[in-house]
Amino acid sequence: MDMGLDLNAPHSMGTTIIGVTYNGGVVLGADSRTSTGMYVANRASDKITQLTDNVYMCRSGSAADSQIVSDYVRYFLHQHTIQLGQPATVKVAANLARLLSYSNKDMLQTGLIIGGWDKYEGGKIYGIPLGGTLLEQPFTIGGSGSSYLYGFFDQAWKEGMTKDEAEQLVIKAVSLAIARDGASGGVVRTVIINSEGVTRNFYPGDTLPIWHEELEPRNSLLDILSTSSPEPMST
Amino acid sequence: MNLLDSTPANNSLLNSAMGSERTQYPYVTGTSVIGIKYKDGILMVADMGGSYGSTLRYKSVERLKSIGKHSLLGASGEISDFQEILRYLDELILYDNMWDDGNSLGPKEVHSYLTRVMYNRRNKFNPLWNSLVLGGVKNGQKYLGMVSMIGVHFEDNHVATGFGNHLARPILRDEWNENLSYEDGVKLLEKCMRVLLYRDRSAVNKLQVWFFSLYVSLGLSSGYFASPSQSSSSKWTHE
Repeated sequence: MDMGLDLNAPHSMGTTIIGVTYNGGVVLGADSRTSTGMYVANRASDKITQLTDNVYMCRSGSAADSQIVSDYVRYFLHQHTIQLGQPATVKVAANLARLLSYSNKDMLQTGLIIGGWDKYEGGKIYGIPLGGTLLEQPFTIGGSGSSYLYGFFDQAWKEGMTKDEAEQLVIKAVSLAIARDGASGGVVRTVIINSEGVTRNFYPGDTLPIWHEELEPRNSLLDILSTSSPEPMST
Repeated sequence: MNLLDSTPANNSLLNSAMGSERTQYPYVTGTSVIGIKYKDGILMVADMGGSYGSTLRYKSVERLKSIGKHSLLGASGEISDFQEILRYLDELILYDNMWDDGNSLGPKEVHSYLTRVMYNRRNKFNPLWNSLVLGGVKNGQKYLGMVSMIGVHFEDNHVATGFGNHLARPILRDEWNENLSYEDGVKLLEKCMRVLLYRDRSAVNKLQVWFFSLYVSLGLSSGYFASPSQSSSSKWTHE
């Protein structure tokens, strides 16, 4: 009976993106892999794009679509800020993105997470999946890697975390998704936004935890092979 | 599945002949909404789930919203289209209020407006992918109606969308009567929602229940009550 829906079921896209609120602000996180088919076109991409001083957007799905949407939102938000005379709110940024996503739903293939801090509502996270639905949530996940994280967040998420707890949660989650999702990989990038400003962090593979069936990284195979060269084979 | 609700398989049929027309398919969807008239007014229930294909992705989506002073709107189908419909209705109610003439749009009028919107979009092959339940009370008159994504609309004593059409309506046909008390009405809806939780894959165990009532004592007044999300108990053992 749900066959029709399953055939056209949204195919989530190559990426893992996360947005999480904490007691005082938000933490945004993403992997850094951009793929064209099976090839990794960019292994160090930055999927967390700045919209204004206090609002950032995580992009997933088509790189082209998400980039153009973020460019338009930044453009409109800039004008809005000038007219308003003060920093734009996260809600306005999210609604602008929703407007673009919804009106062009036939053509766009991009899922977005908007996160930021403003003086009226504090830290807020908005999710905009395919189709242009706008949902304000305490945390949200997106991209193909997110499929592997629903269970994790159901168990690990709690209200009122500290900044460090929230960032650790995001890093752990992105790295778990990278472990299992072929379309996610590279490094973990995080952006923390609160009343004090914005902090960008970067966590390369060797700083991430080791998961099941993974091995510690080594500088060279020679480290584990025996020091003397092996005996030649006898016939 | 059923004619009234989302069947994305229709895409190819409609699109092949028409070059530039578009029929979309839904992404984030809500499942059944059930509405009934009871002795004192209208009762509506919907779960708070937003499914993304087969994933139960969002579990706090409000699919029942009040419209103006007299109506309640419940929607199943694509959530982004429901959000857009709420914006259209915001504008409608705003203009109605701006007349400042003491009159206000009742459920019948809102239902009629929604029917026109849905049907006109269907004619342009660009539907709003929703099934809507519109209920309310004005001047002591109870009203309950439905509009589908293709503009099919009707009024009835009990309506349901999606899976509710198949699972809830038979129960309602059997057990509904005009003089249901509030408690009996809620119990009846609970029974329907329990069955849907068992048998609908996209059902979620978190409900929004609203009632819209009239008090026929000293004149007429109406109000709506939104209960905080509740969950229902279910039975799994054979007994």
